[in-house]
Amino acid sequence: MRPFEYVSPTTEAEAVDALNDHDGQTMVLAGGTDLISLLQRDAVQTQRVVDIKKIDTLKTIEQVDDGVLIGATVTLDEALESPLLAGHDSIAQVIDGHRAIQIQSSGTLVGDLCQMPQCWYFRNGFGVLGRKDGESLAELGDNRYHAVFGNAGPAKFVCASRFAPSMVAWGAKVRVIGPGPEDEQFVPLEYFFVTPRLESQGVNVLKPGQLVTHIWLPKAADTKSAAYEVLESKGLDRPQAAAAVCLQTDGDFVRDARIVMGHVAPTPWIAHEAARALVGQRLDEDMAGRIGDLAVSKATPLTMNEYKVAMARAAVKRSLLRAVGKLDDALV
Amino acid sequence: MREHEQQRNGPGGFNRRDFLKGSGAVVAATAIATAEQEAQAQKAAAVQGPGKVDVTLTVNGKQHKLSIEPRTTLLDALRDQLNLTGCKDDYDTTSCSGSDTVIIDGKAVYASTRLAIEVQGQKIQTVESLRDGDKIDEVIAGFVKHDAMQCGFCTPGFVMATRAFLNQKPKATLEEIQSGLGGNICRCGTYKGITACALEIAKKGGA
Repeated sequence: MRPFEYVSPTTEAEAVDALNDHDGQTMVLAGGTDLISLLQRDAVQTQRVVDIKKIDTLKTIEQVDDGVLIGATVTLDEALESPLLAGHDSIAQVIDGHRAIQIQSSGTLVGDLCQMPQCWYFRNGFGVLGRKDGESLAELGDNRYHAVFGNAGPAKFVCASRFAPSMVAWGAKVRVIGPGPEDEQFVPLEYFFVTPRLESQGVNVLKPGQLVTHIWLPKAADTKSAAYEVLESKGLDRPQAAAAVCLQTDGDFVRDARIVMGHVAPTPWIAHEAARALVGQRLDEDMAGRIGDLAVSKATPLTMNEYKVAMARAAVKRSLLRAVGKLDDALV
Repeated sequence: MREHEQQRNGPGGFNRRDFLKGSGAVVAATAIATAEQEAQAQKAAAVQGPGKVDVTLTVNGKQHKLSIEPRTTLLDALRDQLNLTGCKDDYDTTSCSGSDTVIIDGKAVYASTRLAIEVQGQKIQTVESLRDGDKIDEVIAGFVKHDAMQCGFCTPGFVMATRAFLNQKPKATLEEIQSGLGGNICRCGTYKGITACALEIAKKGGA
């Protein structure tokens, strides 16, 4: 690991200030489950690490008028225990899916949204676009875990965030502060992620000197939600494909739907067409399968990852059934 | 691309602070810079490193004063500075098999995902703490009884994860054990023994 400075601010203003030094070549440290290994592998470089765990305003989950604010240092196990998130089933399901108490006790929800791609070309120092000598390693090489949507440009990686599909389905926003001391904005999570065309563009909209302080989620109310992640092994693992849904229902009929797939594209992939087709329909196993077909009908797999299309289809189908409590019946 | 570079203000970019630093000949500008720096020094949090700094760690009930760089992970500090080699470095295996698990303030944590400097003031427990003379922790005894180790590399970390898990869920079911200890599972043949050990202790109330 290369040497770096360490700063542990106690307020948001101090954090922004600390992040702006060194021309913004600084990084935010929360749970450390991603950043430390990135630094160890030299996949990213930084002059300074800004540890935000001593900032009191980032430690809590709070009710606000129209929803819930989750601070940037709230860990997965804290979120799981919070009564304020009791109605957000899809989020609890993803936390459960992490299956490692070490990640649940250290990892944060905001950190998950900000984590870098797991793409092995990136992790081994070839950048998020995975290029060497002007050629795309991901396109020509082993791309079994890469994108099956949104991969026409140079970016072939998949967004690593496991909470992004469910949170985008919920219509979450993130509060971003910096680089100026007074700068504050709420960015819809759906527009937070970026498919870079250039290495310098990064994987999200954050610019140097900025950080995400909170996630805003609407109240659960009567929305039905579910997530389904297709995992390879029984232990600590990352999904090969995932989906999350939020539904408004009227008896067996769907009034409104949001369907978002994960780990299939450089950003969370919203299945607009499939969601529209579901509105007004009775949601049963047959219909869930047809919506799954529709969600993946425009997939463009690379040389080695066609299998992911079937997984994404299954994830959509199963998350829909799970949302209305019909998954267990369907799996028998 | 040019527009983007300007936006990011990367290396070679231009900002007011650099300008002020570079114009020391102008007396007025220097005065402004000094005032600005003073105001900053008052406002900003203390910067430590990148050279060695004093770090105090509370490990297994004892305080240790170390002189280390901020980049030193807790795992490296424990192994290289304090000679507590129970937690293993699984970096080379590139899979988080959990062999570096320690307990910090009651929670299981991968020691390689923490900087030593960030855990000052917190109670760190390593596998070495589970033995007191001839007295050993139930989890260690259970691992022996159920033959819950193969090569043994991951065993100390697995013991710590099991200990932390049972502290949190003393009456866990088999299903909860299997999913809770997922952070240590890689490809070993002894998980049956490990889950049997955890289940036996859970049936006795987790102690």
